[in-house]
Amino acid sequence: MADTAITVEGVRKRYGDTQALDGLDLTVARGTVHGVLGPNGAGKTTLVRILSTLLRPDSGRVEVAGHDVVRQAREVRLRIGLLGQHAALDEELGGRQNLEMFGRLHHLGARHARVRADELLERFDLTATGRKPVRAYSGGMRRRLDLAASLIGNRHGTDPEVLFLDEPTTGLDPRGRAEVWSAVRSLVGGGTTVVLTTQYLEEADQLADRISVVDRGRVIADGTADELKALTGGDRIDVVLRDPGLLGAAVALLPLPKEDVTVDPDRRLLSAPVTDRMAALSAVVRALEEAGVEAEDVALRRPTLDEVFLHLTAQDDRTKETV
Amino acid sequence: MSTYALTDSWTMTRRELAHWARQPGRLVVGLVFPVMLLLMFGYLVGGGRGVSGDYLDYLMPGMLALTMAFGLEGTMLAVTQDLNKGVIDRFRAMPMADGAVLVGRSAADMLQSAVGLAVLIVVGLALGWRPQGGPGAFLAAVGLLLLFRFAMLWIGIHLALVAGKPEMVQAVQILVWPVGFLSNALAAPAAMPGWLGTAVEWNPMSRTATAVRDLFGGLGADPAHLWAATAWPLALLAVFFPLAIRRFARMSH
Repeated sequence: MADTAITVEGVRKRYGDTQALDGLDLTVARGTVHGVLGPNGAGKTTLVRILSTLLRPDSGRVEVAGHDVVRQAREVRLRIGLLGQHAALDEELGGRQNLEMFGRLHHLGARHARVRADELLERFDLTATGRKPVRAYSGGMRRRLDLAASLIGNRHGTDPEVLFLDEPTTGLDPRGRAEVWSAVRSLVGGGTTVVLTTQYLEEADQLADRISVVDRGRVIADGTADELKALTGGDRIDVVLRDPGLLGAAVALLPLPKEDVTVDPDRRLLSAPVTDRMAALSAVVRALEEAGVEAEDVALRRPTLDEVFLHLTAQDDRTKETV
Repeated sequence: MSTYALTDSWTMTRRELAHWARQPGRLVVGLVFPVMLLLMFGYLVGGGRGVSGDYLDYLMPGMLALTMAFGLEGTMLAVTQDLNKGVIDRFRAMPMADGAVLVGRSAADMLQSAVGLAVLIVVGLALGWRPQGGPGAFLAAVGLLLLFRFAMLWIGIHLALVAGKPEMVQAVQILVWPVGFLSNALAAPAAMPGWLGTAVEWNPMSRTATAVRDLFGGLGADPAHLWAATAWPLALLAVFFPLAIRRFARMSH
């Protein structure tokens, strides 16, 4: 078996006037978690729908678990699991009924489907739901059952080779999010390759070995979370002043790289990238104190997705112009 | 992989049976509704225009055909609901046999319609309706009714795949009434104005009702009536079955 679980080459998909995917390339190594990061409308869901055989690409080549998604769709379907943005469950039926049905449709056989359903209910702490219909579940329970259903897996009744998670935590509360995250981590231990789309840098940061940043249907950057953040200049320091009139003076006196400081008078905020977090924090606080400039808040933070994304897309536009 | 076509279709049929077991009320309402219509038109509204003889003998075949026609909206509603939920994506991303989703739906709907026919026939018998013509004619009549229902079923699936929205189901639910009543189910076309009578006679549902009336009447069926009641549903199936299958496959485009 090759070390590559997924190969995507030059994939294009158009809906009417919208070019959803515009020559997208992607390679995912077996047994890794790959994050696909991008804003709404970047093409993340279209990509997942193509990878999971729900949608045919207009052109390009896509292989998942060693099989072509168009010509060998059934072979691919035997090896994948899919967790979409919306719960893909029969709301009228109970948890066990859902899992047994999906197990049968995965051709596990009646007895094996029952065993697998029990196993997954246990694993996702859903045994207590009994015969309750899914529509009476809480959001977190529903997401767990949905995840369990996406793991029904292959003919051998083990986890699927490749799992697609399309924005798995959008709309979940922090506890639900933590549950999904821990489930994803436990999967990777079992050798499953995971492709995860998200709008949250933190999520990609927590879970993904590598991240592809997608914009307007193409991958515009690729790397580990640290590599991507390094592209934007790493951590930042935010200083909120009491008096917005002093922002100019503060920029002049603070020990920060002047050309990289951004000022937002409406929020009385100045912000700058830092390399040594602690040294920068104490230097800024000391300088403010010595000059007698009152600050409401001084905080260190990691770059947000917005910043990484704006940075990368700005770069992307610049390269386009030079070409 | 076609060895799984039967088991997968059966799994999908069982899903519908499980829905009935979960919500028996919905099933019962579906079965009681035609009975209510029968009682309303048989006793409340009273006698059909231009009908000679016992009205119940005229009305029963019409109500049976009308019940089959109204099945269209039930099918369309169920398919629309599935399409608007994520579960259809899970089915489509599974290695199940092609078409099992639709075959399971049609098997369950046909089963429900057969039960619906049985209930209506039993109520008719209790009201004093007596079909003539023997068991052979009886079975032929039931067969024609179910054939008509099968054609309605695939029209319903196709409409759901084309329209795909709950609002459209409502529109069809309203439209099915005039189309259903623009037939000879309740009144004889001879008593209607010329153009209306013609439209009514062309309604495929009228063909089924006429042939079923012949068969239950015991005077021997007119071969032309039988032919029309067979050919019309088959023609509708020849159009809508492939259209629906193609439409379902094109969901990936």
